[in-house]
Amino acid sequence: MKRLGVAGCCLLITLMLAAVSLLAQQPSASASGSATAPDEISRTVNDKLDQLDQKVAAAQSSADNAWMLVSAALVLMMTGPGLALFYGGLVRQKNVLAIMMQSFALMALITVLWALVGYSLCFGGSGPVIGNFQHAFLRGIGVDPNPDYAATIPQLTFMIYQLMFAVITPALITGATAERMKFSGTVLFMTLWFFFVYAPMAHMVWGKGGFLNAALGGRFPTLDFAGGTVVHITSGVSALVCALYLGKRVGFPKQPMPPHSLVLSFIGACLLWVGWFGFNAGSALASNGLATTAFVATHFGAAAAALSWSLAEWIRNGRASALGAISGAVAGLVAITPAAGFVGPMPALVIGFIAGIFCFWMVTRFKAIFGYDDALDAFGVHGAGGTIGALLTGVFARALYNPIFGAGKPTGGFDGHWGQVGNQLVGVLFAWVFAVVGTFVILKIVDAVTGLRVAEEHEIEGLDITQHGEEAYNLES
Amino acid sequence: MMKIEAIIQPSRFESVKDALLEIGIEGMTVTEVRGHGRQKGHTEVYRGREYTVDLLPKIKLEVVLPDNLVSRTIETILKTAKTGKIGDGKIFLSRIEEAIRIRNEERGEGAL
Repeated sequence: MKRLGVAGCCLLITLMLAAVSLLAQQPSASASGSATAPDEISRTVNDKLDQLDQKVAAAQSSADNAWMLVSAALVLMMTGPGLALFYGGLVRQKNVLAIMMQSFALMALITVLWALVGYSLCFGGSGPVIGNFQHAFLRGIGVDPNPDYAATIPQLTFMIYQLMFAVITPALITGATAERMKFSGTVLFMTLWFFFVYAPMAHMVWGKGGFLNAALGGRFPTLDFAGGTVVHITSGVSALVCALYLGKRVGFPKQPMPPHSLVLSFIGACLLWVGWFGFNAGSALASNGLATTAFVATHFGAAAAALSWSLAEWIRNGRASALGAISGAVAGLVAITPAAGFVGPMPALVIGFIAGIFCFWMVTRFKAIFGYDDALDAFGVHGAGGTIGALLTGVFARALYNPIFGAGKPTGGFDGHWGQVGNQLVGVLFAWVFAVVGTFVILKIVDAVTGLRVAEEHEIEGLDITQHGEEAYNLES
Repeated sequence: MMKIEAIIQPSRFESVKDALLEIGIEGMTVTEVRGHGRQKGHTEVYRGREYTVDLLPKIKLEVVLPDNLVSRTIETILKTAKTGKIGDGKIFLSRIEEAIRIRNEERGEGAL
């Protein structure tokens, strides 16, 4: 450039600019009459269609989001007051606040843990066993959808919905440790259990890359629509381990310990039934036909199980009890949980019917044979119901309702894919082993740090007064 | 002064109370109690386990009376509380040393 000199450069630049301006003045679509009107029209039409597409998608997202937010609220209601009342009524009067407090404390504790790191550990990354910390403090989680999980709703909605599952799962375990576990021990246990049992399990079944994930190509795809394995088997089996480790309540089994208020339990059970629509139908993650399928299956499963448990009781004891009926309904709801979005209404009735009888047997005969003190039948209903439900899902699942393995691919036994029952068994066994080992280790740790069981005198006096300094009912005052 | 303590069936209580009012007995103390004599309880089944509930709900009626009213009161209670079945209850009599009205510190039969 130096050789050109200053003048030379100026000339060169001027020439370049002239060339550019000349080129830019190419006559384009100006004043050419009829040749461009169709172009204009089709461009306008295309623009309009694009806008319409966006509006339709926005409308669908709006519907999906509304339903999902309601579902999240319903699932939270299942813990408080659903489970709190159900369990509360089943314990003796002197322990009712303690059991309610445990559920409520989890509503608060798990929420905070979830917000800080829990969501990220369950749904972050794409590892086979656990998530990562990329979304710690909910970094990157906003109103934009995450297409891996739920393409039409804000990821914040998905996050808050999943949180409610993380809340209720540990709460179920309190049923086995009822009336004898320290509050401090409970808090520590639940924290550790959330991180080391729930989070991995949730990631493996529902998280991207999880090796049991049926929707996202896991190695052992376990069909679990709303949490039969993640929620019910893990909590139910962990409950059994806790019951065995803690030992029996003072006076069990000789001393009668009937529920102090089946009225509370009844109300709690009904709230659980209604809330479960959010738990199962909400797992469709959209307001669509799949949500309807799951809603119907849920309801039918509950109804059939309530009837079959009552029938079994009527035959065995000569009378159908209120406690039996509500327990049956809950057992049916548990069993239909993994199946809800995969089966039709008639199989839902069958699954419910079987679950009612099976759980009745577990809670009366099986428990009596082995003599463990699963105080509120967390294992007998959730562990057993979740197991039988998961296996029956493999039998009754049909691609007709949910082509989860891809269009045209069979889902379960009734589709001809009986191997799915084997996959279900893998998932179930895995959940069992994971829960047993994880819970046992955690119990050992908590036992060393805070201790697990209250002192015998405190157990006799009652947990409300000794753990919380309160009496539930002050009716004389 | 005598004290009549009557353990009666809860279902008979209203009739007994009305009958006592009719014969002019106005003061009584009523407690809800549980107990049994020879009456068997019932069995509850909870989660496949049978429990015998042998403490049954009853009503305990306590009245303190001047001696001259005692036999009429006992007759009235017997008539209205009886159903003829096991579990009807019992009447106990004891002598009272003193009675005092708190409001005006009146003593003796006048305090009743």
